[in-house]
Amino acid sequence: MSRLTSRRLGSLALTGAAGLSLAYILLPLFFVVWLSFFQQEIPSFPPEGYSLKWFAAVPGNDRFVSGFLLSLQVAVIATAIGLALGVPAAVALVRARFFGREALNSLLLLPLVVPGIVLGIAIYVFHVEAEILTEWHILGSLGGLIAGHVLIVIPWTVRLVTAGLVGMDRAIEEAAMSLGADRFTTFRKITLPAILPAVVAAALFGFIASFGNLEMSLFLVGPGRTTLPIAILQYLEWKIDPTIAAVSVLQILFIGGAMLITDRFVKISRVV
Amino acid sequence: MARLELSSLVKRYGDLRAVSDVSLTVEDGEFVVLLGPSGCGKTTTLRIVAGFVEPTAGSVRLGQRDITHLPPWKRNAGLVFQSYALFPHLTVNENVAFGLEMRKMPPAEIAPRVAEALRLVRLAHLGERLPRQLSGGQQQRVALARALVFRPDILLLDEPLSNLDAKLRQDVRVEIRELQRKIGLTTVMVTHDQEEALTMADRLVVMSDGRIRQVGSQQDLYERPADRFVADFVGRSTFLEGHIETPGRFITQGGLTIACSGLETGPAAIALRPERIALLAGEEKADNAFEGRVEFVSYLGAQVDVHLRLNASERIVVQVPNRPDRTLPAIGEAARIGWSRETGRVFSGAATTD
Repeated sequence: MSRLTSRRLGSLALTGAAGLSLAYILLPLFFVVWLSFFQQEIPSFPPEGYSLKWFAAVPGNDRFVSGFLLSLQVAVIATAIGLALGVPAAVALVRARFFGREALNSLLLLPLVVPGIVLGIAIYVFHVEAEILTEWHILGSLGGLIAGHVLIVIPWTVRLVTAGLVGMDRAIEEAAMSLGADRFTTFRKITLPAILPAVVAAALFGFIASFGNLEMSLFLVGPGRTTLPIAILQYLEWKIDPTIAAVSVLQILFIGGAMLITDRFVKISRVV
Repeated sequence: MARLELSSLVKRYGDLRAVSDVSLTVEDGEFVVLLGPSGCGKTTTLRIVAGFVEPTAGSVRLGQRDITHLPPWKRNAGLVFQSYALFPHLTVNENVAFGLEMRKMPPAEIAPRVAEALRLVRLAHLGERLPRQLSGGQQQRVALARALVFRPDILLLDEPLSNLDAKLRQDVRVEIRELQRKIGLTTVMVTHDQEEALTMADRLVVMSDGRIRQVGSQQDLYERPADRFVADFVGRSTFLEGHIETPGRFITQGGLTIACSGLETGPAAIALRPERIALLAGEEKADNAFEGRVEFVSYLGAQVDVHLRLNASERIVVQVPNRPDRTLPAIGEAARIGWSRETGRVFSGAATTD
């Protein structure tokens, strides 16, 4: 076999493998979207017709609407707190040399590795103990839920901001200082803008991780307080009509839209 | 503008002495170059002056101020980095204005100052560009304008030309030097490139192993190197090891007897500049004349290097001007070379491993 043909075959195989992987990822999404337009209540093939009624039903469903609002609220606040903690942590991890730096780095990434269920139980038990000890209302409170979600956000902020800082030329900070900017001014006017794409990406991924979290939230929600993923799960216990598919499509659109808009301002692809 | 005074600077990192007992005075308006191989302590010394490295001992005075323990932002020193270090998210104008803004200058005064600084480096028309839209040479000039605009007491240049290509480097060299002379700004530059150092400096400081080996003019360093390191690092030298038998008589390890100006008897080395050795024609005489076999010839255009083997252990490089009326020896041929008694520079003491 000539070299040219073998190279062409190689590139064909590569394209094929990439296509297959992409199809594997997109196929379930495709079916969810398709299903959401089916007319019949019990999903079966072939569809009996197409309709938008399931989408129309979503805004009327209180559980979904309030679930969406709660998820949004929790994700936004948790992301903000996660950034406030994660950005300085990343700066310290990259810049400072101190005992246990590597260990701390691994520790901050841990919530990404520990299964959500385990994390949920652990936090639940912690909340129980903390409530007994302090007699504050923690279990099932909004604050408790948000605190748990901060834990999901932190690994993302630390990881992405660390990557951003490592890729930055430190000489620009020294240049700023030589020009008369103290440490804080240098961070605010030079470092932060330079790592902004990483910070935005961190916020986005933290937000998505929090917004879509189910396993941990199951342990932390209280009576009358349900996040969107839990609302979807609960709905599924009784019905399998395409409303779920419609909700999922809306959620995909919401997150996809957030990514597109962010990418317009900051090229996330440069960071991740 | 001010005079810089370094007194007995020491910087230790654990057991490593990055800077050992460096004392140096740079006069007002002088251009001094710190020259040395990488790891010689020149960059650490510069960073101590800039305030990014705190010395373990010693002091730094700039003008009337002791700035040893002052943070970088209070030193009023203009810095130019090897990587240019322009702020990527700010335009050229904003980059140059940064130092003035930090000094709380009203915006109405900033604009003309920025324009003037950019005119000085001939980039007035590019003020609205972002750094990434500029060539390397242009970025370097913006960095220079940014470091000059706030009228620093001293200008510090950290290998400012090593990222530029050879042709551009020569232009920027002259440009920086002219600008510095025009403003009369005290300047310290760090480089490992001796040609750059020789063309730009008023005075040179040769460093190695964290120490100053010699301070002097270009001629001082070239004609009167203080030690073997300087003789080797500045320009080229062939070293012949041996000993001085009687004053003025040097015997090499290979057994050659060389007439020299060294008087102190004992182990020594003699350093010979390749261009100070002549190829002898016919019966021509010299204080020192030897015959050898040509082992290698490299043609450099204006000059030709001839590597001549004198005996089993000694080889010498001779640089001869390339003239049309001259036939050059070919590899394998015999040739005679000669040099005067004063040509060889004698360093007493046995060869050290550095």
